[in-house]
Amino acid sequence: MSPSSDLRDALAAIVGARWVKTANAERRTYEADGLPTHASVPMLAVLPGSREEVIAIIKLLAERKVSWVVRGAGTGLSGGALADHATVLIPLTRLNRILSIDPVSRRAVIQPGVVNAKLSEAAAPFGLYYAPDPSSQAACTIGGNVAENAGGPHCLKYGTTTNHIVEIEVVLADGTVTRLGSPQGESWGPDLVGLFVGSEGMFGVALEITTRLEPTPAAVRTLLSAFDSVRAASEAVSAIVASGVVPAALELLDRACVAAVENSIYAAGYPTDAEAVLLVELDGTRASVDAEAPVVEAILHRFKAQSVRSAETPESRAKLWQGRKKAFGALGRITADLVVQDAVVPRSTLPGILDTITEIGERHRLLITNVFHAGDGNLHPVICYDQRDPDLRRRAILASREIMEACVAAGGTITGEHGVGSDKIDYMPLIFDETSLATMCAIRKVFDPTERANPGKVVPVHSCREWRAGWVA
Amino acid sequence: MSNAIHRALAAQLGDAVTLDPSGLPRVAPASTDALATALGVANEHQWRIRIEGNGTWMPADAPADLTVTTRRLDRITSIASADLVATVQSGVAIGTLAQSLAAHKAWLALDPPGAPERSIGSVLATATPGPARYRFGTVRDHVLGTTVVTGDGRVVRAGGSVVKNVAGYDLTKLQIGGFGAFGVIADVNLRLRALPAARLLLTATGALDPLFHAGRALVDAAIDATTIELLSPGVTNRADWMLIVELAGTEAGVDAELARAAALAPVLRPSPEAQAGVTNALAQAFLEGAISLRAGALPPSLPALADAVESQLGPGRMSLGVGGGGFRWAGNAAVPDLLEFRRSLAEQEIPLTIERAPWPIRSAVGHFGAFREGVGTLTTRLRAVFDPSNILTAPLEGQRDG
Repeated sequence: MSPSSDLRDALAAIVGARWVKTANAERRTYEADGLPTHASVPMLAVLPGSREEVIAIIKLLAERKVSWVVRGAGTGLSGGALADHATVLIPLTRLNRILSIDPVSRRAVIQPGVVNAKLSEAAAPFGLYYAPDPSSQAACTIGGNVAENAGGPHCLKYGTTTNHIVEIEVVLADGTVTRLGSPQGESWGPDLVGLFVGSEGMFGVALEITTRLEPTPAAVRTLLSAFDSVRAASEAVSAIVASGVVPAALELLDRACVAAVENSIYAAGYPTDAEAVLLVELDGTRASVDAEAPVVEAILHRFKAQSVRSAETPESRAKLWQGRKKAFGALGRITADLVVQDAVVPRSTLPGILDTITEIGERHRLLITNVFHAGDGNLHPVICYDQRDPDLRRRAILASREIMEACVAAGGTITGEHGVGSDKIDYMPLIFDETSLATMCAIRKVFDPTERANPGKVVPVHSCREWRAGWVA
Repeated sequence: MSNAIHRALAAQLGDAVTLDPSGLPRVAPASTDALATALGVANEHQWRIRIEGNGTWMPADAPADLTVTTRRLDRITSIASADLVATVQSGVAIGTLAQSLAAHKAWLALDPPGAPERSIGSVLATATPGPARYRFGTVRDHVLGTTVVTGDGRVVRAGGSVVKNVAGYDLTKLQIGGFGAFGVIADVNLRLRALPAARLLLTATGALDPLFHAGRALVDAAIDATTIELLSPGVTNRADWMLIVELAGTEAGVDAELARAAALAPVLRPSPEAQAGVTNALAQAFLEGAISLRAGALPPSLPALADAVESQLGPGRMSLGVGGGGFRWAGNAAVPDLLEFRRSLAEQEIPLTIERAPWPIRSAVGHFGAFREGVGTLTTRLRAVFDPSNILTAPLEGQRDG
């Protein structure tokens, strides 16, 4: 469907003609997010430059009965920000102002298009930072993080996005503007901030977000250890967590991933002869880090680490982390396409589930490599394939499903931080029964009775159709 | 009516149905299915329901046709110490839970007010954290998933039992601090912590202002504490205010933080002998007086808030979250004074929640009172999803607002 010139003109009257993108080439730039298996070209894209413009756009689309999808930087990995030919896409990247930082109460008020890493940069002069750190933090926006309840390596100690958002001003699909939460974090009524975070853009648009900020740790030490089996590395992970030490991050890369990193411009000096590399980061006061490091090192040796290396200078730590955070990019060199999957299992089941993933890869003749948040049991199996080969693509999708089923069978879940979006929607019945799914549909309709905000995501449509209880419209 | 309700429920649930001391039918289901049956029958007949835990926190005085108590939902289903996750039924007493977890070298890093017999379901439904919220967050930050039975007897599951999970909307958040308006919590998956190797309580006594500044000096220096809290004289039964700071971690880490804390705030003294007394005082103090309330105030506004509450409601017992904000008061107050106090806080953008009060007060004032613009409509619709016949007695809004 090409956009009606009437709608285009009405949107242009709000934001200016240059911020309404209708040309085919322009629209195609928004056809996918970070997940290559799903693509969809929006009817048009409109880029508001202010809070007031967002509200005006939503009101206009409500009047015209047009569906819409809000997008941040498009780094999502679940096809959550895709819009189809009948749907308007609203990228919020122009709403990128940090409105205030309160160093005493450790709060920041920001617009939704602020890039995650920029907030920490702005807070740094006050000795503060924003804790959730998705691997895409140099590009992803905090509005997108709010929609997905994004995580990151340091969420092991500091929690995910939901633990760091205290107040949100939102515009609902009917154009109503309301504020949820309060600067301290206590809510005015039920915890609607908690409900809104992770609602994948289906409850409304965040216009203004108040976040917590954390004091920059006085000391940070990163330990790099190598193991001759993934099993031994993951057993060490459980032992570290059970010891009472709470590392800031506990990240595991397998041999294939290490090889890809070390053969790329992101080479971090990881040992390429090991089956698994474990990064353990400790942070806190100098004394606590000094006290915890020997405890962790002893555990690493107990589980037969081949080597343990410590990095303390900002430069050496940055290098180690660059390898981890750019691992997906490095893997891009060795495969035409890759699917970064996301699932969570109880930490104690990690060794077994990793064996299962290897077996699934072998059976489907696919290279599946692992780089993940081991401390949280949050797996990121990376399935290497070629989008142009239909058979490879089919096998990649089959392997994805089998991995999800195995993780659910182990007591886990289908996504830990990437969201359901389009990609995981068919897996939702693996973990929720019809009653629970139907309740989610009803909750969505509380916020958006006409279901125009990010339509068709998260909950399978048939679950919504079967909803019969008497919620109030 | 009571006898008819008793007979109708007893036919389905047998000896789970009794009469409470006032002659009201009381059902004590021992499973999620039995709870769903009870609520389904009640919904069919439009019986108004009073939800109870173990009867130690909220007065059991809401007008109703039937009481549903979670006291027989008292099983600790599993403690996965390697995963630091526990699954428990909602009627499990917090004291019992703490003991069981300690045997697994784990703890739930929440220190809610109330008796050890208080149920975990009560802690969730009222969202009452304690001073450890400074390090570990409030109740919402410890809950991974819930199973809830709605007012019409549906069983709804949300979240899961792993520490990271973004599958589906986070309905669990709605249950925490929902005061039972969104169903009856049947079981809960909790995030645990490994017990620290060392813990040490530091205390100082004196006037509010200097202790507040001493506490803030620790916060500004990012002292690694689990708790930085100011307790009013009524809490500890002393003449002065008390600043409590708890350090936890490795032995060496605690020793080093002790040295830093002592340099920053020389009034602080290690008081290991006071640990049991302070813990007990914190648990008991907010059960005294008819009302317990909390306010979402940021740290800089706390001293003025303490003055305001003292002049408007009386000194009562106060706990001030010097580190990350948050304020609790318990005492006695009349409805008009509570309404006026809430209004004065609202002008400063500080929300006030009634955590515990007799029915005449909580129904008049409301747990939350008047909502912000837009929030009331959403809340009403959300209630209708979870309780279509409106049989769950939960006065979120007051009758005498505005």
